[in-house]
Amino acid sequence: MLKSEIIFAAVANGLLVGGVYALIALGLTLVYGVLHIINFAHGATLTAAMYAVLICHQAIGLDPYIAVAALAPLFFGLGYFVQRFVIGPASHGDDSNILLVTLGLSIIIENALLAGFRSDTRSIDVPYGFSVVEVGPLLLSLPKLIAFVASFAVAAVLGALLLKTDTGKAIRAVAKEKTGAALMGINVDHIYAVTFGIGAACLAIAACLLMPTYLVNPRSGNAFVLVAFTIVVLGGMGSIGGALAGGLIIGVVESLSGLFLGESLGQIGIFLIFILVLLLRPTGLSGART
Amino acid sequence: MTVTRRRVLGGTAATTALLAMPGLVRAQAPTLKIGILQPVTGALAQDGEYGRLGATIAIDEINAAGGIKSMGGARLQMVFGDARSNPEGGTSEVERMQSEGVAAIVGGFASPICLAASQAASRYDIPYIVDVGVSDQIVKRGLKNTFRLGPGFGTVTAAALDNLVKINDAAGKPAKTVVIVHEDGLFGSGMAKLMNAELPKRGFEILETIAHPTPSRDMSNVALRIKSLNPDLVIPSSYYGEFVLLARTLQQQKIRPKGIYAVLNGAASNFRFVKEFGDAANLVMDCNHWADPRKPKTAAVRAAAEKDGRFWLYNTPLNYSCVRLLADAIERAGSADRLKVTEALANSTFSDHIMPYGPTKFVDGQNTGAAPVNTQVQSGDIKVIFPAEFADAKPIFPAT
Repeated sequence: MLKSEIIFAAVANGLLVGGVYALIALGLTLVYGVLHIINFAHGATLTAAMYAVLICHQAIGLDPYIAVAALAPLFFGLGYFVQRFVIGPASHGDDSNILLVTLGLSIIIENALLAGFRSDTRSIDVPYGFSVVEVGPLLLSLPKLIAFVASFAVAAVLGALLLKTDTGKAIRAVAKEKTGAALMGINVDHIYAVTFGIGAACLAIAACLLMPTYLVNPRSGNAFVLVAFTIVVLGGMGSIGGALAGGLIIGVVESLSGLFLGESLGQIGIFLIFILVLLLRPTGLSGART
Repeated sequence: MTVTRRRVLGGTAATTALLAMPGLVRAQAPTLKIGILQPVTGALAQDGEYGRLGATIAIDEINAAGGIKSMGGARLQMVFGDARSNPEGGTSEVERMQSEGVAAIVGGFASPICLAASQAASRYDIPYIVDVGVSDQIVKRGLKNTFRLGPGFGTVTAAALDNLVKINDAAGKPAKTVVIVHEDGLFGSGMAKLMNAELPKRGFEILETIAHPTPSRDMSNVALRIKSLNPDLVIPSSYYGEFVLLARTLQQQKIRPKGIYAVLNGAASNFRFVKEFGDAANLVMDCNHWADPRKPKTAAVRAAAEKDGRFWLYNTPLNYSCVRLLADAIERAGSADRLKVTEALANSTFSDHIMPYGPTKFVDGQNTGAAPVNTQVQSGDIKVIFPAEFADAKPIFPAT
């Protein structure tokens, strides 16, 4: 049997990683909540954002944490543009078309990255990449701790935005009843695009938080998105609180199953949960029973 | 497309130029195509690049010295193929090299690529020289075209185990318990299986065998397990990226076993690792391919390799030596005929390589004199600690 301090360390590590998982799931769940579609381009967008961080670092030596200031607005703009002028018009008002368009986008983005960067796995090296913070007996990785705190800060900002601002209220109105919202004078197309932009911006922030410790290749976003799908299902589709709780749970489950079953089987726990949730509580932790 | 007078004239001029070309080529020394197969994209891209570097240095050197003299000073021309880090990539490039008419193929790097590519080459009787691929299966399939200059898995691991016992005994047997960390592919799993069979016979207790996939993005769990087991010795069998991640995570978590003893590790005798992460690399031991520091030509090849800010990896001297071995065989065959080159390789006694092997002698395609070397990272340098005949440092063990 493992010593308790080892298990504590694995749980702490899982919680830290779970914070970033939650941030990635947040974009996915928000888009689902408002547009009622699964964005299949989510993983490819994350990969693109990770390459953007890589380029910023290699070309002009920009620190990933500083790159947030440039990349979050950039990806918001890109997300807005893509929804407003590509996905929206191409869907002709039918949700199942949106699904196909995002799937097509993901294939285009992934292969463009493959053509541009080839299939090599790359990473960036920052001086604080392996710094640690000692908390009692635990040695916490500094970049992961920063990512954890930043993810929750982003979630808090996003929550405040949805609750307090006019745009936030409009997003919630469109999520609940888009015809009604349109009748009240809300520009539904604009709100759709804003939501998509916020989702992309979340990914850009997640990419900046991930790159100091992770690696990137043209398919690396997919690994995160499979996890994010599980979190969204676990937390309840469209729920921000559910995404946060789900992210943390999945992070811990992945870490513990990696510890006990070995790194090769580490992901098995996540997908076990995925199946169990679908079987026993398909609406998720915070979803209402209908 | 409309046909204009200008287009017709232009086309005629181009055709005339093309027809005139063979005369120009014939005026120069004849060329001889040799295939260099390396994975330069995908997970093994770094190894492939350093293999290509070694082959390039050898070809440039041979051509500068007058090419293949028995063939009228024929110049070697590299036909490069990217194996894309997988066996399918390797075989498709062999097919392309066949269509380009290469005399022989050198390279492959990873065992799965070497296995598939040498078999594909055997269908056309193309001589195939394996540069690194250590799987013993490579030379045990009865393929007449396949040769390996370097040592195979069995030879390397036997030497690694013997040397480990010697190092441990000399230090007063401080190491008793072992944790094995391996990548879950053909190479790492094979190594782990062998270690599990052999280490207990030599008095070591294996506390646990931990597998991880390639690529891995986090080694925290592996490090935590090692921390909880607290072994005297960690034996890793992983490729470059994962071992670097593990060594840095161990350093981060302040886990310091008495020794890290790698066997055929992708990073432990790699100057890139030593230069970039000196603290994490310090005192890591490895049993691996290594150029013979006693041979004067080694320094020249190393200088050529390091000229453009590159690092000194074993891939470079191995590929350099393999291309030189091939050139020697073609020289003696006096022909690019594949069967004659194969026969010349089989009878080779080539000794002008820069590996610590002595004269070449192939038995069923395996060079019987091939042997690995033990190295240790000591204060920013990679020192040879075994065999004693040309060791330039004593092992520092236990490390803590």
